[in-house]
Amino acid sequence: MEFVSTPKRTKAMKKLSFSSLFAQLLLLLFVIVWIAPSFGLLISSLRDKDVLAISGWWTSFINTEVNEIHRTLGMDSQYEENGYYYIEDNLFGEDKPKKISSFGITSKDINAYSVGDVATFKDQSEITVDENGNYSWKSESEFTKKKGKRIFISATSPPSFTLDNYKEVLFKEGLGQAFINTFAVALPSTLIPLIICSFFAYALTWMNFFGRDLLLATVIASLVVPLQMCLIPILSIYNDFGALFGVSSKSYPGIWMAHTGFGLASTTFLLWNFLKTLPKEMMEAAKVDGATHYDTFRRIVVPLSIPAFASIFILQFLWVWNDLLVGLVFLDKNPSEIILTAKLKELLGSRGENWEILTTGAFISMSVPLFIFFSLQKYFIRGLVAGSVKG
Amino acid sequence: MADVNLKSIRKTYDKTEVVHGVDLDINSGEFMVFVGPSGCGKSTLLRMIAGLEEITEGEISIGGEVVNNIIAAERGVAMVFQSYALYPHMTVFDNMAFALKQSKTPKDEIQERVTEAAKVLQIETLFERLPKQLSGGQRQRVAIGRAIVRDPKVFLFDEPLSNLDAALRVQTRIEIAKLHSQLTATMIYVTHDQVEAMTLADRIVVLNNGVIEQVGTPIELYNSPKNQFVAEFIGSPKMNIIDLEGEQKSSLMNIQAPNQSTKIGIRPEHFCVASKGSSKLQGTVRHIENLGEHLLCYINLGKDYEITAKLDVGSEINVDEVIQLDWQKSHEHFFNSSGISID
Repeated sequence: MEFVSTPKRTKAMKKLSFSSLFAQLLLLLFVIVWIAPSFGLLISSLRDKDVLAISGWWTSFINTEVNEIHRTLGMDSQYEENGYYYIEDNLFGEDKPKKISSFGITSKDINAYSVGDVATFKDQSEITVDENGNYSWKSESEFTKKKGKRIFISATSPPSFTLDNYKEVLFKEGLGQAFINTFAVALPSTLIPLIICSFFAYALTWMNFFGRDLLLATVIASLVVPLQMCLIPILSIYNDFGALFGVSSKSYPGIWMAHTGFGLASTTFLLWNFLKTLPKEMMEAAKVDGATHYDTFRRIVVPLSIPAFASIFILQFLWVWNDLLVGLVFLDKNPSEIILTAKLKELLGSRGENWEILTTGAFISMSVPLFIFFSLQKYFIRGLVAGSVKG
Repeated sequence: MADVNLKSIRKTYDKTEVVHGVDLDINSGEFMVFVGPSGCGKSTLLRMIAGLEEITEGEISIGGEVVNNIIAAERGVAMVFQSYALYPHMTVFDNMAFALKQSKTPKDEIQERVTEAAKVLQIETLFERLPKQLSGGQRQRVAIGRAIVRDPKVFLFDEPLSNLDAALRVQTRIEIAKLHSQLTATMIYVTHDQVEAMTLADRIVVLNNGVIEQVGTPIELYNSPKNQFVAEFIGSPKMNIIDLEGEQKSSLMNIQAPNQSTKIGIRPEHFCVASKGSSKLQGTVRHIENLGEHLLCYINLGKDYEITAKLDVGSEINVDEVIQLDWQKSHEHFFNSSGISID
C-alpha cells in the first residue's frame, strides 16, 4: 500500500518546489509586514490613553495585573448591629469592577491577605474584602474618623477598548474637519483628470491626427518631470492670478487644478496602455456600424474600460489622499482648508507625547485608502474583454 | 443590391505601394471572392471598399456613386470580421441592434429586423447572452447577423471562417452560400483558402503582390489559368510545372509543345498510369500516400525535381519503381518563359 501512495507524494513534493516555497514565504512575509502595523495601529487607537502609554498593543488582549489604592468610607456611613459597628461598601464605587486577588492594609505589604481573609487594624477593627470589591469593616467601638482607611489591592483587569480617542480626535482636535477637507480635495482631483485623460487617451489611441506620436512622446516625457520642480512656478502664477482678480491664491479649485496637472501624464499613459489593448477590429466594426468617435468612446470604450478606470481611480485617489506637499503649498492651514496629512503633521508637533491622538489620527487617515482598496479590488480583474475576440 | 466598381486603385503605406492599380467591376448581386497568398493586398482592397482604409489613388463606386469621401457607415456596406469583433459588454441582441440604434431607427423596427435576421441564422434563442457565453460558431453567426440587420447593399467578409475549426468551417461555408441565395445582395469575400473560394464564388479574383492576376469563374480559373501563378494557386494539390528544357526534359516524351512555351503544367488529378511506349512521362516513385479515395504519389523526375500525381487506388505502383504516366491532351497547360499561358 505504501508503494501505491508514492506518486502522490512526489506530486506534493513537486508542488512545494523551492521557488514556490520561496514565493509562498515571501507572500507570508508581505502579509505580516503589511498587517501587523495596521492592526497594531487600530488596536492602539482603541485603547485607553493611560494604558497605551505604558504597554504595547499586543498586551491588550490578555488580563492585566494592576495594583490600586482605594479608600474606605468614613464614620458618616457606619451603622450599628448586635453591639458592633459596621462600614460596608464596594471599593470600586462607580468604576468598572475588577477581579481582586489579594489586598493589604499597609503600604509595606500590599499583598498580605487573600480575598475573604480578615485583616485586623491597630485599633482592633477587622476588615474583609471580597473578590468583587465588596468590603465589610467591623469594629467593637464606634468609628470616629471622618476619613476611611487606605486599602491596597491587587486586581486583574479584563481587556477593555474604548472609542473615546476617536471622539476626542475627530471633534476636539479638528481631525474630522480635516477629513472632510481632504475628501473635498481628493475627489475632484481624481475625477477631473480621469475624465480629461479618458478622452485624451482615446484620441491618442484610436484617432489619427497630425502630431499624435509627438504628443504621446510629450506625455511620456513629462512622466519623469519631478513635481517639486513645478511647485514654485505654479504657485507664482496662482499668486499673480489671485492678485489680478482679487481672490486668494490658495483655494480648492487651485489645488484641484494642480493635482489634475500633476496626474495628467501618468493617468493618460496608463489609460493609453489599456485602450490600445482593445481589439482594433471591434473599433472598426463600430465605425462600419455608424458610430462616430464620440459614440464609440461613450458606448463601447467607456463600458469596457471600467476596470481600468477603477484601478486608475484608486491610484490617483490614494496619491492625492496621502499627499502632503501639494496640500501644504496650495492650501491654507486654517481649519476649513487644512488637509488630513497636514493636520497630522501639526499634531505630531503639538501633541507628540499623546500617542492616543497620533495613533487614532493615523488610523483615520488610513481608513479611507483601506476602504477604497477593499471595495474596488474586484475591478482589477479584467475579465470584461473576454469573448470579444477569439483567444 | 449594387454593383461595385474599382478604378485603378492604389494604396500606399509610408511610400510602400501595396496595391498597384486595381481595376475591377463587381456586378450587382454577385458573390466575388478575393483570393491570394498573405500580403497580396486582398484585405487592404476590401478595407478600402469598406471605408476603413483611405484610398491613395483611384476611385471606388458603389451602386454608381463614388464613395471615396463617404464615411464607412454611409456606404451601405456591412462587414464581417475574422475575429468576429463583437462588442463584449453587449448582449447578442444589442450587438445586432447597435447599428440600427446608431441610425436612430424606431424601437419596433429594430426589434422586428433583429428578430428576422436572427431567424435566418437560427440564433433567436441567444438574444440575452453575452459574446463570451457563445461558441465560436455562434459568435460568427452573430457577427453575420449584425451585418444582415443593416440590410446593406454590399456584404464584406474578411476571412470570416479562419477562426473556426474544420467541421464548423464547412458548415458555415454552406450557410453563407445559402444566405447569398436568400439575400441576393452583392457579397465580397476575402480568403486565402481556395476551397472556400471555389465553392462560394460566382467569380474569383486572384491577387498577387497587389495586382490582379486573373478574374473569372472558378471553372475558368481551373481550366484556363492565365498564367503560372493562377495555375499553381488554384487547385489542390497544386499543378505540376515541368520544364520543357534542361534536365527535366529527359523525363518527357511525345509532347507537342506550342512555340515559345518553356514549361508544361499538368494537374495531379489528370495523370493516369500508362504502359511504356504510350506514356508521356516517366519518373521514380518516392513516396505514396493512400487517402482511401485515391493515392497521392510523389514522383521524382531526374535527380530531385518532385511532382505529385493523384492516382486511382487500384493502380499497381510501388515505391522506388519507375512509373509511366499519361494524360489527355486537353489537360495540358503551356507557359512561356515569363509564366504567361500559351494556348
